Amino acid sequence: MQVKTRVETTINGEQVEFLCEPRQSLLECLRDIVGLTGTKEGCNDGNCGACTVMFDGRIVTSCLVLSVEADGREITTIEGVAEGSALHEIQKTFLEGAALQCGVCTPGFIVAAKALLDQELNPSEERIRLWLANNLCRCTGYDKIIRSVQDAAAKMQETNA
Amino acid sequence: MSTNNYEPNMVLSTKQFKVVGTRPVRHDGADKVTGRALYGADLQLADLLHGAILRSPHAHARIKSIDTSKAEALPGVKAVAVSTDLPAPGDQVVDIGEGDTPLKYVRDNVLASDKVCYKGHAVAGVAAINVHVALEAVGLIEVEYEPLPAVLTAPDAMRDDAPVLHEDLTTDELGEKTDKVSNVAKHFQFKLGDIEAGFAAADTIVEREFDTSTVHQGYIEPHNATVLWNNDDRIHIWCSTQGSFVVRDVTATVLGIPESRIRVTPMEIGGGFGGKIPVYLEPVAALLSKKTGKPVKIVMSRQEVFEGSGPTPGSHIKVKMGVTKEGKIVAAQASLAYEAGGYPGAMVTPGAMCVFAAYDIPNVVVDGYDVVVNKPSTAAYRAPGATNAAFATETVVDEITEKLGVDAIEFRLNNAAKEGTRRADGPKYRSIGCVDVLEAIKNHQHYNAPLEGPNRGRGVAIGFWFNVGLQSSCAINVNSDGTLALVEGSTDIGGSRTSIAMQAAEVLGLRAEDVRPTVVDTDSVGYTDVTGGSRVTFCTGIAAIEAAEDVKRQMVERAAKIWDVDAETVEFDGGTFRGVSNGNSEMSFKELAGRLGKTGGPIVGRATVQPKAVGGSFSGNIVDVEVDPETGKVTILRFTAVQDAGKAIHPSYVEGQMQGGSVQGIGWALNEEYYMSQEGVMANSSLLDYRIPTALDLPMIDTVIVEVPNPGHPFGARGVGEANIVPPPAAIANAIHAAVGVRMSRLPMNPPSLMEAIWAKERQ
Repeated sequence: MQVKTRVETTINGEQVEFLCEPRQSLLECLRDIVGLTGTKEGCNDGNCGACTVMFDGRIVTSCLVLSVEADGREITTIEGVAEGSALHEIQKTFLEGAALQCGVCTPGFIVAAKALLDQELNPSEERIRLWLANNLCRCTGYDKIIRSVQDAAAKMQETNA
Repeated sequence: MSTNNYEPNMVLSTKQFKVVGTRPVRHDGADKVTGRALYGADLQLADLLHGAILRSPHAHARIKSIDTSKAEALPGVKAVAVSTDLPAPGDQVVDIGEGDTPLKYVRDNVLASDKVCYKGHAVAGVAAINVHVALEAVGLIEVEYEPLPAVLTAPDAMRDDAPVLHEDLTTDELGEKTDKVSNVAKHFQFKLGDIEAGFAAADTIVEREFDTSTVHQGYIEPHNATVLWNNDDRIHIWCSTQGSFVVRDVTATVLGIPESRIRVTPMEIGGGFGGKIPVYLEPVAALLSKKTGKPVKIVMSRQEVFEGSGPTPGSHIKVKMGVTKEGKIVAAQASLAYEAGGYPGAMVTPGAMCVFAAYDIPNVVVDGYDVVVNKPSTAAYRAPGATNAAFATETVVDEITEKLGVDAIEFRLNNAAKEGTRRADGPKYRSIGCVDVLEAIKNHQHYNAPLEGPNRGRGVAIGFWFNVGLQSSCAINVNSDGTLALVEGSTDIGGSRTSIAMQAAEVLGLRAEDVRPTVVDTDSVGYTDVTGGSRVTFCTGIAAIEAAEDVKRQMVERAAKIWDVDAETVEFDGGTFRGVSNGNSEMSFKELAGRLGKTGGPIVGRATVQPKAVGGSFSGNIVDVEVDPETGKVTILRFTAVQDAGKAIHPSYVEGQMQGGSVQGIGWALNEEYYMSQEGVMANSSLLDYRIPTALDLPMIDTVIVEVPNPGHPFGARGVGEANIVPPPAAIANAIHAAVGVRMSRLPMNPPSLMEAIWAKERQ
């Protein structure tokens, strides 16, 4: 049994503290210690994007972040995307546009897509495809995901206008 | 990439309904976009232990001994399980959905006993207080192996001097069991007409050989299982599976206990494509739970998914076709040798059934060989066997159209399978949509659009896949507010619970949102077969329709009782009951639902079905590619998928199946393969090196849904999940030929193999 380290962090706007082993990834701690299982494990080596979270305003694959690195940082997971009972525009367009089938890659896609639309509201199709190239989906062929991100961008532009 | 002015997704509808054919939001949608949906790995239980599996480092070896003492002594380790913890299989033969298989093979694939047959083969399981300790313990198990030479391809394994995987495996030759020990588990043949006379009548004959690599389904969620062997000897399994009843029955068989002692709760499933039908982890977790008295969870790593679960077979295929100068195919012959992996059961039979399924050919011979090799024991992958076969046939057909100088679609139309066409494996087609798919391609803007620029080319191909019926069950509870709670057993991979609920809603004049579908455990619903064979929306849909009809019948009787009239005089239409003999009194479904409690009690509709009148599906592609002649890289410029859905219950989900299947086909065509060393070690067992298509690799995937109703389904639905993966590799190969003039005979058509082909052509 390894000695545990205390980590103080902010997750989805809430102060969270937990004890973890140095070898545990942020992904493992989010899921198994904090209990936020919306962030998924698909490969545990940074290649599928299912575990994408926001880490101090950047998107990261949480399987490649050691949990001790989360100390003093701000993390947003899929559980923090909706505002209370109101779904985020991307969540709505994913549902209306049938942008998910099995749904296991969906949390990572939504977190990554939100990070893009937080910065720019008029990304080209090519820009969206490049931005989401680290998120693998095996069910959809990406078509409806790309279209749903485009739809969300258009709706968010309307709201901002 | 192409932003022409056209409709990207078209539905060529032949019949309209109220709910069927609309696009409601899926019932599990809110859970899946918020992270609340619970997949197998998300399950937390009190006292949960975590497991890990020791896997063979050798592709082929005898196990001399296993010493688990050091692992058991590691602090935090609670139990270790090996194959001797399972009951001896004896000579028992079991049918786990792929025909009769010796139980020893099923059991040995779960935990190897005397031999390991592939790198990654499970040898032992450990349960510990956390996964890190379990993995440390796995490293402390000492196994003495006697390595044996590995054999990795079907042609090599079929040689007389090949290393033998199973000393007890003898060839089943044309239905007769022989005593020849061999890696060929089975050789079968389909025959139609007179093949020699057919080729004698041909003016042009093209004969080619093809090789396709082992590829993986590549679902994003790894296999997982959590098992509690309770103190009353009842077992509860939570897992990610395409068939909860299959998990129950196979686990019971391997453990040697009655299936009734096992309850399987299917968790949300993160992709399957056929790869989540076999059982790997459940019996091991069950043994570990029995030993510890605690629930045990095991989750595969991505490397374990590649090396320890079942990919789909690599294959060696020969196709020979003869045509008259008028463009009629008069003879076709094929030989298909598929790699089963470590144990028999390559999906070669369906491949052989599909190889010429799109054509009306009078004289046919097809030989199939199921060959064991030292690779993971293979599993189904979306239209299993058919994609390999279509790659061969559709490439040969393209070469024939080139030789004859005829249009690729006109030639296919001239030879297309129709209602009444007999396939070489026996059946005659009932109503099918092969011609309709070809017509839709011919009329599509994409097929007729100019394609300019160097090294660019357009290809087409078509493909077929079956639709199976099997068994499904459904129950519907009527709520007092007039909504329904629908209970079914088909694990939902792509939105099927909504397509099923829509069919019940259609029958009862309700909205899709008024029906709440739930996929429940094996103790809570009647037997339901796997989510596979493109059967769920078709077969479980029929179960939902019949359960809704049962609700309707009981509601009519209740209305008659309330009105004190004969049930025959009560009509139901558009959600309203009407008493014809009662001055046309009316009562809405909702109103009557609210009165059930005081007029005779609750109403539950139920149905179990085993439909026979299934409807297979044809699909076709138009694809434009650009080949970089310096690097051999192929870029997909534009892709159109056409498929016969019979009746698209939820068109967005049908489009999703078509787009997803197309992109899996694109990956299979251009990138994906098990890159094996000569020793049988997979060199690319990560999602970095086994590269499935990313968003950046693709254009939009345009779709055309053709609707040729299936007479065997009340709304005309056909299974649509699979046929879409069949044509892409061939269509892309044909486009590559059109672009740079080389004929590709090997999958994947990656840059090295394309450069070899281009250089070979330049040397000529």
